[in-house]
Amino acid sequence: MTVEPEMDDPRDHFPIGMRVLAVDDDPTCLFFLETLLRRCQYHVTTTNQAVTALKLLRENKNKFDLVISDVHMPDMDGFKLLELVGLEMDLPVIMLSANGDTKLVMKGITHGACDYLLKPVRIEELKNIWQHVIRRKKFDSKDSNHSGNQDNPHSGSGEGGIGSAGTLSDQNGKLNKRRKDQNEDEEEEHDEDGHDDSSTQKKPRVVWSVELHRKFVAAVHQMGIDKAVPKKILDLMNVEKLTRENVASHLQKYRLYLKRLNSIVNQQANMAAALGSTDASYLRMGSLSGLENFHTLNGSGQFHNSAFRSFPSSGMLGRLNTPAGLGMRGLPSSGVTQLGHAQNSSSSTVDQVNFQQVMLPGSHNGSVLQGMPTALELDPLQHIKGVTHARELSTAIDNRTVFPISSGFPDAKITIGSSSNSLLGVTNNTLMLEQNRQGAQGGKVFGNQSSVSVASLNSEFPSPLMDHNRLNDNWSTAAQSSGIHSNSFPLNDCFKQPILHHNNLRDNMSTMALRIGSNRCDVSSVTSMPPQLQDIRADMQCQASLISSNAEQISNHAPPQGWDDHNQDGSYRLNVMCSSINSMIPVNSAVGPTGQGLEPKNTIFLANMDFNSIGQSNFNDPLYMKYDLVNKSAAEASLKLKQGLLMDQRKPQGNHISSNFGSLEDIVSAMVKQNGLLDWIDDCLIQELAHLLKGYSSIW
Amino acid sequence: MERNQMLRQVAVMRQSFFDQGFLDEQFVQLEELQDDANPNFVEEVVTLYYRDSSRQILNIDQALERNPLDFNKLDTYMHQFKGSSTSIGAKKVKAECTQFREYCKAGNGEGCMRTFQQVKKEYAILKRKLEAYFQQVRVQSGPSETACRPRN
Repeated sequence: MTVEPEMDDPRDHFPIGMRVLAVDDDPTCLFFLETLLRRCQYHVTTTNQAVTALKLLRENKNKFDLVISDVHMPDMDGFKLLELVGLEMDLPVIMLSANGDTKLVMKGITHGACDYLLKPVRIEELKNIWQHVIRRKKFDSKDSNHSGNQDNPHSGSGEGGIGSAGTLSDQNGKLNKRRKDQNEDEEEEHDEDGHDDSSTQKKPRVVWSVELHRKFVAAVHQMGIDKAVPKKILDLMNVEKLTRENVASHLQKYRLYLKRLNSIVNQQANMAAALGSTDASYLRMGSLSGLENFHTLNGSGQFHNSAFRSFPSSGMLGRLNTPAGLGMRGLPSSGVTQLGHAQNSSSSTVDQVNFQQVMLPGSHNGSVLQGMPTALELDPLQHIKGVTHARELSTAIDNRTVFPISSGFPDAKITIGSSSNSLLGVTNNTLMLEQNRQGAQGGKVFGNQSSVSVASLNSEFPSPLMDHNRLNDNWSTAAQSSGIHSNSFPLNDCFKQPILHHNNLRDNMSTMALRIGSNRCDVSSVTSMPPQLQDIRADMQCQASLISSNAEQISNHAPPQGWDDHNQDGSYRLNVMCSSINSMIPVNSAVGPTGQGLEPKNTIFLANMDFNSIGQSNFNDPLYMKYDLVNKSAAEASLKLKQGLLMDQRKPQGNHISSNFGSLEDIVSAMVKQNGLLDWIDDCLIQELAHLLKGYSSIW
Repeated sequence: MERNQMLRQVAVMRQSFFDQGFLDEQFVQLEELQDDANPNFVEEVVTLYYRDSSRQILNIDQALERNPLDFNKLDTYMHQFKGSSTSIGAKKVKAECTQFREYCKAGNGEGCMRTFQQVKKEYAILKRKLEAYFQQVRVQSGPSETACRPRN
């Protein structure tokens, strides 16, 4: 390649001076690698800890051109690090391992590694690694090439986009437009061959902020994941200085993420079926994952939503942990901690986990969504839309957002996956919110929405989800309320607050709906809203289902991998929530005053229930046994979910659905049974619903 | 003369490592990385290896004392240890490690324990040999004026 040194920067003589960060816990190997790299005339920084590596990278994204990491490390899985780096910093990462199993290599590739080297590594191989930097840079700076603005002279540093750190330059914008016209569809992955000069151009990196990602997801969603092409997405997004290339590469990542989610979901489904035991760790994982995503999002600082952050993941977790009837306990304290941690600190690991999870089968083509309906029996595909939308939201998170929940769904087509993060996030939040609610903090909880809700499920949902205030938040909140309330806190609390606070009416609606599900009142509320809420409901339902499925999955799935579990937890909770909702709905219809409106909801909820049932068999939820839910099946389902989520922690407390917060039903049932909470809840719900409707109408 | 003799001795010693299968091509890679900027690179790497691997060996020993044996953990430890050994080109040690991992996969505790004894044995033998070798190298590359430095 030709380097055109315009500056007297040693990096101009790329690949000489390429800045490499080497990570390996084995000092012998690390030392050896370092020497080899120096021999290739690269500038080397080494660390034997993945967390340190992340810290270094986060401090200054432009400090490095390439990362080489070992696969097996004690503090963090190499693949996780790989994903995080790819998502947050968009740097090329090369994996190193003494193990050359095809499966492992494949795993590296799916996680985004640009190369996989076997130990002992040879200098000849290292001499060529600079190509990855150039390749990435070239791709990113394709447009800059054309625009002529290329001011950044360069190439050498190899950073394909690392260059300016994060902001699109004007030139890109211009270039982009031109490019867009020229390249209609190539996108996404491709690399145009004609731009040789671009390789030497340094292109400023684009930071995919939450906002940006949301737009992106919205655009993709609008077009349909299958039909989304970078140029059109770019047009729809209408963001200045965003190039088609940026969009293309982002889309690529998003799809990858969805694919991953998809497979995870499938996996989860299987696992869920197989798992019968509520695995605390599992739940934990789910939550953790959620947190991670969450966290990651926060970490990246891009996505986050205030809600996200605020979601008291720790709070949630805390709640979860507190047996307080939440049942959410499913998340083991560790999970809680993690969540909390995740929230606050960029636990990269967490993020990773989450991401993974979220990757529900979202199959980026919306297949996930499709799956959902089927699984969930959502009638209207509109639901899917909601879901899909969520998925798009997740795009921002890209693979990271892992929906914890998604994985959980066995079939849930976990559309959640697609909607990915948003849904999950939301659901989680809701759940979490609920949890929080317990303390009657509802307002807060819901406010956060994504984060909060997730709390219950898996706070993990990445911020994109959070952004997704709509349904997600509400939904989750609602779900949470129901689920979480198992503690003494009546759903009332939950419902009240979240709804009111929720910006998005839709969300509120969802919340409400959720609550309704669990609550008789809810049902009625839901019904009353149908016309307007239709959408919301759909979304909610989707979410619910997703959540449910997730929850189920989560619970069922004995979480093998940290983040998977998290996802599962998330999903579990979702499931629970969904189930509860579902169960509630049916029950409510029977009992509830407003049978009519419920129909649609019931369907959805029922769908969820299906999931639950699946989960049921697996869980032996003690809580479940404990209280007899109004809707036995529903309850069971929810229990199951809850069980999965909370695992053990649930203590069937008299007042609340201690068992799993996940299932609204449980909560409701518990409540109902135990005391006359239901009435109380009903009242609250009604009020909220009213609010919601008001707000909703204004929004719509 | 003595110097030449020493040089020859070092060369012979070195060659024997390869001939007898103690070291492999990787060791040559290490040597190639040694230059003026890194005059003692090979020795440094080997020293680092012995220091770090003793800890890994301890881990495995401890893990082997557990009952029941956690093969996954054993395999993980061994994978790490094997990785290190590969980095310096310790051929025989590596072979024993591979054998150990086979036993782990098969869940053969007895085989694991036996093989690990072999691993440790080869490890110790190589260590001795390398120590002697580096001593020779150091002596040989010592100040040329003192070509006749007494050997320890």
